[in-house]
Amino acid sequence: MENPYMPYPVRIDDIEIATEDKSLKTFKFVFLNEGDEEKFAYHAGQFAELSIPGVGEIPIGIASSPVEKGFVKFTVFKTGVVTSHLHNMKVGDIMGLRGPLGNWYPWDKLENKNVVIIGGGFAFTTLRSSIIYMLDPANRSKFKNIDVVYGARSPGMLLYRDELFEWEKRNDINMHITVDSTDDPSWKYHTGFVPQIVEQNAPKADQDTYAIICGPPIMIKFTQPSLTQLGYKPHQIIMSLENRMKCGIGMCGRCNIGKELVCKDGPVFTLDEINQTPKEY
Amino acid sequence: MKFITIDKKNWTKGIDKSRGTYRLFGPVKDKNWCMIKELDGDILPDMEYNESVMSAKSVLFPQSETILNTSLNESVEDHHIMKRAKNDYTARAVLGIRPYDAKAIQLVKMNFDTKEYKDPYWCDAYEATTFVGMAITKPGPFDFSTSVDSGPFCEEGLDILLADLDDSFIAKILTPKGESFAAACGFDSTIDDKESQALFDILRKEAEKNINCRVETDKLKEKNLLDLHGASFWDDLAFSCINCGTCTYVCPTCWCFDIQDEAKLKESSRFRNWDTCMSPLFTRHATGHNPRGVKVQRVRQRFMHKLKYFLDKYDQGIMCVGCGRCVKSCPVNIDIREVCHTMNTYEKKD
Repeated sequence: MENPYMPYPVRIDDIEIATEDKSLKTFKFVFLNEGDEEKFAYHAGQFAELSIPGVGEIPIGIASSPVEKGFVKFTVFKTGVVTSHLHNMKVGDIMGLRGPLGNWYPWDKLENKNVVIIGGGFAFTTLRSSIIYMLDPANRSKFKNIDVVYGARSPGMLLYRDELFEWEKRNDINMHITVDSTDDPSWKYHTGFVPQIVEQNAPKADQDTYAIICGPPIMIKFTQPSLTQLGYKPHQIIMSLENRMKCGIGMCGRCNIGKELVCKDGPVFTLDEINQTPKEY
Repeated sequence: MKFITIDKKNWTKGIDKSRGTYRLFGPVKDKNWCMIKELDGDILPDMEYNESVMSAKSVLFPQSETILNTSLNESVEDHHIMKRAKNDYTARAVLGIRPYDAKAIQLVKMNFDTKEYKDPYWCDAYEATTFVGMAITKPGPFDFSTSVDSGPFCEEGLDILLADLDDSFIAKILTPKGESFAAACGFDSTIDDKESQALFDILRKEAEKNINCRVETDKLKEKNLLDLHGASFWDDLAFSCINCGTCTYVCPTCWCFDIQDEAKLKESSRFRNWDTCMSPLFTRHATGHNPRGVKVQRVRQRFMHKLKYFLDKYDQGIMCVGCGRCVKSCPVNIDIREVCHTMNTYEKKD
C-alpha cells in the first residue's frame, strides 16, 4: 500500500530571495532518490506539502513547471512556524516533499482557447508554472492568445521579475504588469490595482476565452466584477482557492467548502462550481 | 453464516484462549463510566455494560498516533528522511462493540479507504480487527439508531453478533474473520440456524420496540445545500453552544484529525491527533483569516457535514448512527435529533 503521508526526501539545491522585503524566498529542491522525480509528475496548478521533520508540513503551490526537469521550485512567504523555519534553512539541508496534490488548471479544456491569467502579490507561483508550461515550444500552439495581468504592491514585490520582463519582450504573450504605486520614474509598466488593469486591458470575453485568477481574497473579490463587465461567464472564470490544510488528501476534514474538499476536489474550481458551495474560504 | 451457543461458564476460558492470537479490546468499567480499552493481562470485557462514554473508533483511530519518524542527528545515515512508524497490526478483536458503533466504522471507512488514497494506518488496523458485536436488548433513552439504518441488532460491519440469553450467548458468525475468532476461542457448539434466527428476530423486535424516538431524514437529500446553509435557524441553534467539542470526540463517526510534529533531542516524530471542527484553530489560516471564525459557522459545519454534505457526497445515508452520545454528553443540551428535524422540515421562505 502506498503511504500518502510519506514525503519524498529532497535536498535544498538553491535558495533565492524573491522580493525586496525578503519575506519571500524561492526554494529549489532536488530529489534524493532516483525515480522519485518521475513519481512526482505534476500539472501546473497543483500543490505539495513541504515537509520538515520535527517541525511540520505546509501546503504550497508548485512554482516550477512540468516542462522544467531535474528540480522542483516553491516560493514561500514567511508567516508561520514551518515557513519561518524553512526561511532559516540552508542549501544542502534535507527535508521532504509530499505530493503532487489536488487538481490543476483544466489544460485539456483550455486547448485552442484564449487564456487570461490574473495574479496578485505572491499568489503568482502556480501561474508562473502555467505560463512556462504554455510558452513551452511543445505547447504554445495549443493555445490562442495569452494575456497576463500581474500586480504587486511595488516593483520590488513582483515575483520572478527577470522572467516577467523577458515575457514582456515576447510577441506570443501580452503582459500587463502593474504595481499599486511607485516613485520610480523609470517604471515603464502600469500603475494601479489589478481589477482596474483587468478592466482596461484584459480582452473581452467570447466563448473561447477563459480567465484564471489567483490572488488574495480581496483581489479576487474585486476582480470578479471586472471580468463580469468584460462578459466572462462563471464557467469561464477559473480560480485557485486556499484553505487551512493538514493531510492534503481529503481525509483530515478541515478544508471543505460544503461537500467539496479544497485539497482534493480543488484547489482549482470554476466560479460556477464555487457558486454552488458555501463561501467558507 | 452459522450460529453457535456459548455457555457463559466457558466464556472466560475461551476469551483467554484467544489472547494467544488476538490483542483484545472491549468495554471496561472506569470509575463511574464504561470505556473501550485494551484488555491487558487478564482484564475481561464487561459484557453487561449499557453504553460506553466513547465509541470503539479509537481501536482503529487512536486519539494520538505516531505516523512517521526520523532522526535529526546528522551523523546518522538517513537522518531527516521520514520512515513509517512501527505500529502493531497483529490481529486484534473488539469484544462487545455495539452494532451502531460497528456501523459507524463502515461510514468512517468511506473517508479513510478511498479510490484515490488509502490511509495505511487506519486500513491496516481495520484489516487486523475482528468486530465481535453485542446486540442491544435494553436500548438507552438517547438511542435513535433505528431511524438511521442501524439498530440494536444491526449486523453491518460486524464479524460476529452476540445476543445475551442470561446464562449463555448465542453468536451469529457473519464472516470468515468471525469464524477464525470463534475457533481461536474454541467456541464450536453449533445450533440450528433457523431456530436461532427466529430467536434473534424476536429479540430484535423486542429491543426495537423500546426505542421510542424516531427521527425523519427522508427529505434531507432533496433540500438545496445552499438554502440549508443560509437558513436563519442556525443562530438560534448555535446560541448556547460553548464549542467544547465533546460531541465530536464522543461521536463514533467523527474522523477529523490534526497532524503535528514533535522533536525530542535528535529524534522527531509526526503524529496525528483527533481534532474538532468546533475549534476556531481548525480552519484558521496562517494569515489570521478564518473561514469559520464565528461559532455559528462551526456549529453549522458540524451538522451540515453529518446531515447534508456526507449524504450528498456518498449517497449512503447520513453520517450518524443514532447512538445518542452527543445528545447525552452535550453540556448545553444541543440535540442532533432536533437539528435533524429542523433541517428535514426546512422550507425556504422567499
